[in-house]
Amino acid sequence: MSKIDTLRPDTRPTPLQKWMHFWMRTGSDTGILGFGLRWAVLLLFAAYFFIPMLWLVLATSKSAPQLLEMSPLAFGSFQRIQEAWQRIIEYQNGEVLIWGFNSVRYTIWALALSLIISIPAGYILAVARFPGRRLLLWLTLITMLLPPSALVLPMFMELNLFHLINTQWAVILPSAFFPFGTYLTYIYYASSLPRDLLDAARVDGCSEAELFWHIALPLASPVLGLLAFINFTTNWNNFFGPYVLLNDDRLFNLPVGIQQFVAATSALRPGFNPSPGIMVGYQQAEAALFGLIMVVPVAIVFLFAQRYVIGGAFTGSVKG
Amino acid sequence: MTNQTSPSLPLNKASFAGSSRLWRRLTAYLFVLPYFLVMLAFGLGPGLYALLLSFADFSTGLPRYFAAGFGNYLAVFKEFRFTFTFVNIGEFLVISVPLGIAMVVILAILLQMRPGPLSTALRTLYFVSGAVTGPVLVLVAIFMLDPSISPFQALLKSMGFQLTNDVIYAGSLPVIFTLIGFFSGAGLWIAIQYGALEAIPTELLEAATIDGANAWQKVLLIKFPLIRPYIIYQFILIFAGNVQLFVEPQILGGGNNLGVGGNVPAVWSPNQLAYNFAFEMGNFGAASALSLILLAIGLGAAYLIIRWTGFFNIEN
Repeated sequence: MSKIDTLRPDTRPTPLQKWMHFWMRTGSDTGILGFGLRWAVLLLFAAYFFIPMLWLVLATSKSAPQLLEMSPLAFGSFQRIQEAWQRIIEYQNGEVLIWGFNSVRYTIWALALSLIISIPAGYILAVARFPGRRLLLWLTLITMLLPPSALVLPMFMELNLFHLINTQWAVILPSAFFPFGTYLTYIYYASSLPRDLLDAARVDGCSEAELFWHIALPLASPVLGLLAFINFTTNWNNFFGPYVLLNDDRLFNLPVGIQQFVAATSALRPGFNPSPGIMVGYQQAEAALFGLIMVVPVAIVFLFAQRYVIGGAFTGSVKG
Repeated sequence: MTNQTSPSLPLNKASFAGSSRLWRRLTAYLFVLPYFLVMLAFGLGPGLYALLLSFADFSTGLPRYFAAGFGNYLAVFKEFRFTFTFVNIGEFLVISVPLGIAMVVILAILLQMRPGPLSTALRTLYFVSGAVTGPVLVLVAIFMLDPSISPFQALLKSMGFQLTNDVIYAGSLPVIFTLIGFFSGAGLWIAIQYGALEAIPTELLEAATIDGANAWQKVLLIKFPLIRPYIIYQFILIFAGNVQLFVEPQILGGGNNLGVGGNVPAVWSPNQLAYNFAFEMGNFGAASALSLILLAIGLGAAYLIIRWTGFFNIEN
């Protein structure tokens, strides 16, 4: 055996590679088996994600008996949708409208406060060097990984100390803290804002605040879109916070409102003997329509926001 | 001429640079100040306050700080539902985390393999279902798991289920919460992993094609290793989030009796137990202690993974 031979890497296929080769040899790319398998899996999951949403929309058009008798994906009547709408509006003298309005108000406050606070912070963490910067970045990373629900109980006790429980501020103020926003802004500017641009503007006499306002902010639209999307959905769907921090049902947002509606009415079990204190006459259609009121605005935002999630801003936050 | 003026120049420059550096540093602090304050108030503050309360005694209704010692932690460990809730959440994590991540990665890879209008449409479909969350998600799940009205009734009935209570019971909850969580959460992560796959340089894949790699080999040997950091990232966030499961079991059980309540324990997850300690038993000390234990589990897992992989961007 010559020396050359011993140095040559072992190119014999392993049993696993042989096995894989067998299944992948058809066709030039994925093979016939691969083609079929790929579409089978993709379509199976399409059904998994789509059918429940379709059912939710169709359920608003059917009465309780129709839900049992008709095919699950059949359409009932527009009249039934209108009835369901009427019943929801009449529930507790139009409380659903108050809840919807609260949801909008809390979400807008949270969006405005958190972006105004976290974007300048993320920017300056990226472009400036100052004592305490690393500590702040580490604290951001740690608090970012804390699920909000972990802090709800301590938050309750803290807000209780300041007599803010059962006010709108109990929901709005905590949502101003958005560490993920700061972190993502930091990564975005650190990786894609050319320092020379800032230096050139400084030479031209731009102040630090002007640099941020005239140069950094206009360049931030991809990351702003992503942050606004994440912030909007988080706050619109916030359940645990308001559930714990609010008692007055006129302060509820839609998620807590719908929970209360379903628990207080016969909507989920119209055929059963009602327990005392349960409001009767409500059917699944009302619950489904209520759910849609909460879901549709988010679904629209989701449709527009997908490109921000796929675009590079998010993936930039992790080292490749 | 130039030699005469040059000695004074560096001095001027230095003093100018010095004052401007001070000014810049001051501006920097002004930029981070509001963020630091809200972090103190709503991130670190509640955490530290919980730490303080976890050593406080609430037997009189009002907190007596440091009076309890480790009593609250002992009370949590001795609570008869402690093991029950942690076994539940453990089962849920063991099922939901690996399965969720594997399916998300597989779907992202399958979608991104052959980009096109159909693939985009499917990705959007997966993504939009993320709009269904919280109470509405539980509501939809109750409908989907009711064999009498569900669009999946043929499947449910073929598995021998006749009533909702056949489907939703204590033993099936880890699987049900996995299905629910995947429905609502997978689309976002599929889009994120899809974005990560898109970011792989095309030259790399072309080179592999020239070397004779087929699509599956490119997936296993190139794409998968390159999106590994995002998979770890997903793992951290999913794990930390799932440990804290609250909304789904609270609405399904939680004494709300949504027609399925009889079959679902009122306290199923550790976070519900913490809530129960605080608002049913009035023991905020034990509630804080349990919240901190959960926090430590989520943070501990995150810390280990950050240390092992060192992938978070916090350099320079």
